[in-house]
Amino acid sequence: MGTQVKDVIIKPDAPSTLLLDKHADYIAAYGSKKDDYEYTLSEYLRMSGIYWGLTVMDLMGQLPRMNRQEIIDFIKACQHECGGISASIGHDPHLLYTLSAVQILCLYDSVDALDVDKVVEYIKGLQQEDGSFAGDKWGEIDTRFSFCAVATLALLGKMDTINVDKAVEFVLSCMNFDGGFGCRPGSESHAGQIYCCSGFLSLTGQLHQVNADLLGWWLCERQLPSGGLNGRPEKLPDVCYSWWVLASLKIIGRIHWIDKAKLRSFILACQDEETGGFADRPGDMVDPFHTLFGVAGLSLLGDEQIKPVNPVLCMPEDVLQRINLQPDLLS
Amino acid sequence: NKYNTRFISTDKIPPVFLCFRDRKEWADLEPVPQDDGPNPVVKIAYSEKFSDVYDYFRALLKNDERSERAFALTSEAIELNAANYTVWHYRRVLLQALSKDLREEMRYITAIIEEQPKNYQVWHHRRMVVEWLNDPSEELEFIADILSQDAKNYHAWQHRQWVIQEYKLWDDELDFVENLLEEDVRNNSAWNQRHFVISHTSGFSDAMEREIQYCLYQIKKAPNNESAWNYLKGILQPLGLSAQPGLLERVLELKQTHCSPYLLAFLFDCYEDALENSKENVAEEEQQKTLKKALEICQLLAQEDTIRKEYWLFLGRSLKNKHGSSDPSDEPLADDPEPSVPVSEQQEMS
Repeated sequence: MGTQVKDVIIKPDAPSTLLLDKHADYIAAYGSKKDDYEYTLSEYLRMSGIYWGLTVMDLMGQLPRMNRQEIIDFIKACQHECGGISASIGHDPHLLYTLSAVQILCLYDSVDALDVDKVVEYIKGLQQEDGSFAGDKWGEIDTRFSFCAVATLALLGKMDTINVDKAVEFVLSCMNFDGGFGCRPGSESHAGQIYCCSGFLSLTGQLHQVNADLLGWWLCERQLPSGGLNGRPEKLPDVCYSWWVLASLKIIGRIHWIDKAKLRSFILACQDEETGGFADRPGDMVDPFHTLFGVAGLSLLGDEQIKPVNPVLCMPEDVLQRINLQPDLLS
Repeated sequence: NKYNTRFISTDKIPPVFLCFRDRKEWADLEPVPQDDGPNPVVKIAYSEKFSDVYDYFRALLKNDERSERAFALTSEAIELNAANYTVWHYRRVLLQALSKDLREEMRYITAIIEEQPKNYQVWHHRRMVVEWLNDPSEELEFIADILSQDAKNYHAWQHRQWVIQEYKLWDDELDFVENLLEEDVRNNSAWNQRHFVISHTSGFSDAMEREIQYCLYQIKKAPNNESAWNYLKGILQPLGLSAQPGLLERVLELKQTHCSPYLLAFLFDCYEDALENSKENVAEEEQQKTLKKALEICQLLAQEDTIRKEYWLFLGRSLKNKHGSSDPSDEPLADDPEPSVPVSEQQEMS
């Protein structure tokens, strides 16, 4: 019964224990290897890359191994006149990298490295008449950007500077017939967008608007026989969905609907025993993005070797406690 | 992989690539090397062509140069890294500043998307060019071509929805969706599009019977199809599953030959809806019969769809709590522990 067409098969010799030291070594060394073609190519998302690396190191208790001052200086050099922050030096500002930068500075308790008022002005300027947010001045609209906007403002304690009601109205207009959310009204439900919208509704105190049972059902349907999670029906599992799906379930109070043991063994199987790090699925190449979401997923599942992670902001809970930010979760 | 890297196909590299630093028409420009921040801790190795192109790109950007050679260089930069959004921004500035031929740009972006269809920048660029031209005439065919290579490309579907809504191109879309579903009835994107089209055109009231028939027909072809069942439930939900005459009977009939966890879940939903919306003249005994059938389904699913056991047990418990009689002879659900409601601050043990 319930046979899925698309899934992976986990080999019996796949990793089954958590190799935290290897992952810490992998992240610490990332970007300093000789053959860094991939590192160069990913310059356009460098700020998010740094956020992924630092967050996973902090979750593993290894943050001190990273170069705090260099990173803070880098961020300062990435804030533009308009207030927005770019992925790297010489790149254009964008909401995605503005959020990543603020998340990093919260980890380091150095938000004052930025002109905060300017950041707020930048975000405010991106809100559209219908409540949605553009990612930058070129006008792409996506619920990811609604999340980026409120998450950044929540971290800065400046949520009241935008039209929250209108922002909520737009996100709710992206709720679909299956209880999920897409990137714009009418867009197919997708776990990544669902995470953004659930996180958004948490930060704006509107979780009661979610149909938690219906959405929870859609989310737990993402679990495949291998134990892994996909992002929408009939797609292969990917370790990053251990975050998008799991965090969403946690936010709406339905995380117990997932088979945790099976998910854990899938996530562990995505590790690379030689290089450290996690790949999207067992046997593939690792990268910092999947490494963060694999470790964060394990944290949500209750692994005691990893610090508790906040499901809304994907940051260590102790960082959020320090700044007194505790977004709502449904129970 | 995550960064959408691709290797440049060898038929695109001219036999000898002449670095920009060796081209005399570029001699006036001082290339700007990569700046990794005030105190770079990493020593980075680049391929020669990549660093050459991007050194000159940075130089142009720094001077905000608006020229044909700048425009040509953006093509080189995009070829090397089509995800670099700053290059696309600059290209758009140049397209306008130089009054470039937008039809030619459409040809260009078409070729790029064909090679790299899973990239936000390329699709947004195409949208901008279509908007500037105010001409969507190529879009539906182009997107159909991309979808023929990957029928679930999320970007392609976004773009399609935008074009259809913006330019009111609804007429043939339902046919398009049906063709895709003929090819792959499990295509969730196509089912979503079906909902999109009908919501914005006829609406579901008159179309309901036709849509139910369509779903049941597709389900017979592929019973284990989450999308079809989600769609069916989604369209019926606003009116209530038990409001549809004859639906329960049809599903029970289907159960004999085309059972699946989705069918059973749907049956449960029908029973639940019946219990929630029962009319006053429905006898208590009738209610309890319906409840019993619903609980049996939960039991069955908890045993068969074990990965979602917790969900099925939850459904049974909730229904029982809401509609169960106080009859002490009621059997508890087997394997039914007291619900432990997770408290938000606690992390759960795996």
